[in-house]
Amino acid sequence: MRQVQVAAAGLGGALVAGTAAGLAAGAPAGAAAAAVVAVAALVTLWFVRRRVRAWSYTERDDDLIVARGVLVRRLSVVPYGRMQFVDVTAGPVERAFRLATVKLHTAAAASDARIPGLERAEAARLRDRLAALGEAKAAGL
Amino acid sequence: MTGTATGWHRLHPLSPLVRSGRTAVGVLALIGITAAAGLGQGGSHLYDGIIAALIAAGAVVNWLVTRWRLDGATLCIETGLLRRDSRQLPVARIQAVDVVRPFLARALGLAELRVRLAGSSHADGRLAYLPEQAALQLRAQLLAAHHGLDPATPEPAEAILAQVPAGRLVGSVALSSTSLVAVLLVAEVVVVFEYPWLLAAAGGMLVVWVLGLAPLLWRRISLEYGFTVAQAPDGIRIRRGLLSTVAETIPRQRVQAVRMIEPLLWRPLGWCRVEIDVAGSAGRDHAEETSRTRKALLPVGHRSTGWQLMRLVIGAEPPQLSAPPRRARLKAPLSYHFLAAGADRATAMGVTGRIRRVTTWLPLAKVQSVRLVSGPVQRSLSLATVHLDAAGRDVRAEFRDRPAAEAARLTEDLAALCRTARQRA
Repeated sequence: MRQVQVAAAGLGGALVAGTAAGLAAGAPAGAAAAAVVAVAALVTLWFVRRRVRAWSYTERDDDLIVARGVLVRRLSVVPYGRMQFVDVTAGPVERAFRLATVKLHTAAAASDARIPGLERAEAARLRDRLAALGEAKAAGL
Repeated sequence: MTGTATGWHRLHPLSPLVRSGRTAVGVLALIGITAAAGLGQGGSHLYDGIIAALIAAGAVVNWLVTRWRLDGATLCIETGLLRRDSRQLPVARIQAVDVVRPFLARALGLAELRVRLAGSSHADGRLAYLPEQAALQLRAQLLAAHHGLDPATPEPAEAILAQVPAGRLVGSVALSSTSLVAVLLVAEVVVVFEYPWLLAAAGGMLVVWVLGLAPLLWRRISLEYGFTVAQAPDGIRIRRGLLSTVAETIPRQRVQAVRMIEPLLWRPLGWCRVEIDVAGSAGRDHAEETSRTRKALLPVGHRSTGWQLMRLVIGAEPPQLSAPPRRARLKAPLSYHFLAAGADRATAMGVTGRIRRVTTWLPLAKVQSVRLVSGPVQRSLSLATVHLDAAGRDVRAEFRDRPAAEAARLTEDLAALCRTARQRA
């Protein structure tokens, strides 16, 4: 999701910067500005790719594992029975690409189980499965 | 209406006075100030008077429409004039009954009763105010009914576990602020040494700081004065307070974690502070600090007392601890000397801290999630940290800077151990 977003934004930014600089200071400056912005976009794209690739989740019998992070690697193991509620959100950009983010909340503020950029159908499936499992394995505080 | 035939009771007639006490005092002070300053030109006094009268009338009406009844298995509280609110509190689900005495109420011999039910952290039923004797009696009745005994059964005796003498409390507060004052003093001396012409300004700042510190210290002392921890059948009972006294009961099954804190200056004396984290959000019930989810179990006491209390609350022996490998010193040079962690089948414990040692101990059955985190520096040393999160904000035991392979194995093992612990619980 982010990849497309960054690529589009980078291309747009390059065009805008190029034309603006070109109008203000002549064609060479315009070309240079466009090149700089395009390169910046590529670098960002590289970071985002790595970030997205590092994000993974595994549904096990009793818990959900979410791994993420490139520089700081994090892995959360959240038992289904500990789930308080599941959030499915989709921002405007996510909606444009028919994606959604699933977030698991436990009673601990630090439990960090967020899975962004899921296909909408997959997000719905995961939500229902988590809700069902959470109910089946619920444990009190 | 107080007819015992229907079983309905009113609160004490002085309740409105105590309830609106604070606001009334504030309004009176306002009137006094405006009058003293000669600002009140008749009209404004009138408005102040009207406001005071409205508040008083509201409190009286609130008293008039509030009634309560204990009939067998339920405690009913009805209140509200326009929006009638009737609560049935099933005695079987009562988790704790707290007796709170704010200063004004205490002066008039009144007390507030707060009833907490299972599954919520705030007071579900509040009876403010009852005569002290009646409050204690009702409390005993509720607890007896809760345990299925004859309502006339007297409240079972509680065993006092620890008491904090006033001298030690004051000493501990002085010691924990000493370091702060020392830092400020050093800063002052440096500033004055470097820029002598700032002497007056620096002196003024010091006075301001001390004035700012004083209320904080006073607050700690007045809140934790006469601290008594006792073991009662329904949980751990804590009594404390200098002007307002609070008696609260913490059901043991709601405890998520215990924490022992040993500040630098306390360590030579062998003192520690023990805190517990209780489930639930700090809700709307913010009066008198009974709603905080992190509570002191022992504001200051000897380490042996601290350990005894922690063992009692967790109901187990502490697990064997082990230190992280020596190479962790590179990543955590200031805290390496304290770092240690360990787990057994029922509990886990982690020690962290740079200047003060913080030992967190939690039952595995309460763990909400297990997290494995490794930052860039940790990875270059092939270390990782395992967090065990319990309910609440920042409640966790950390296995900090363990070897990467051990950490990965720990994450798996702890997840499995937590599962079995949960099933046992």
